[in-house]
Amino acid sequence: MDHASFIIASYALTFVSIAGYALYIVRRARRLGALTSDDDKPWI
Amino acid sequence: MTTFQTAFEAKSKTTGTAASKKLGAATIVAVIFLVLSGLIFSAEDVVQGSTVRIMYVHVPSIWVAYLAFALTAIFSGVYLSNRSRSLIWDRLAGASAEIGVLFVAVSLVTGSLWGRLTWGTFWVWDARLTSTAFLFITYIGYLAVRRLGGTFRQRARRSSVMALLSVLEIPLVHFSVNLWRTLHQKASVADPNAKVSLDGLMLFTLFWGLISFTMLFAWLLVHRQRLMALEDAVQDRGLDRAIQQRRTEAGL
Repeated sequence: MDHASFIIASYALTFVSIAGYALYIVRRARRLGALTSDDDKPWI
Repeated sequence: MTTFQTAFEAKSKTTGTAASKKLGAATIVAVIFLVLSGLIFSAEDVVQGSTVRIMYVHVPSIWVAYLAFALTAIFSGVYLSNRSRSLIWDRLAGASAEIGVLFVAVSLVTGSLWGRLTWGTFWVWDARLTSTAFLFITYIGYLAVRRLGGTFRQRARRSSVMALLSVLEIPLVHFSVNLWRTLHQKASVADPNAKVSLDGLMLFTLFWGLISFTMLFAWLLVHRQRLMALEDAVQDRGLDRAIQQRRTEAGL
């Protein structure tokens, strides 16, 4: 594959940034979930 | 109930549900297939060679950004027009805008890498690139407005108005390639008059990218909106506690 470094970098940047954001959401939700009651979570 | 059971249940009662977990698992499978198809299975382009593979993440990223910002405006409109003024619409708008900003950033970076290979430069002040950068900055501003002080209802009202104004930029960005002479190519797949034909697997991979990125967006939106609800609840508790503390100090 020509220009493999650019192509792989574009895929890596895309999925690492999205995965990082998803991880931030999950971790913060776990932390705040422990501080709040079930009444604050109508989706449960 | 043991301490371990309590801790486990507290962790499981976060923003996930059985449905969102299924969506998450399906999204991971869809993304893995996209990466395999985009990097290995799909053919190289006659003109662009293997650099066309960047298209499978670049185009879906900007599609999700457009979708996210359009939904931000729709949710904001529903908030303003709904008599109940339910804050869920405001949280959905805020969550959608935040995800949109992430995907515009991804689109700008992947486009820049693609541009370096096809145009020989990472950036030009071309109408499409400049208007996309302006869109990115506008929604950074929207997120900043959401963080200004005030009550949740004040936040919802001012950010809803801003969302309804900001969404007008999307047609400008999308049609910038037709309105001005640009280095960026015009719409090809979406335009029936365009003299561009994609190989079957290339077209399939592109549409698979659109589907899997939309699934990613849906998962992120559900979880971010619920996280915002938790953030609001924690902020509310903190405010109640501060008021109670002041009252105690004042002997009321």
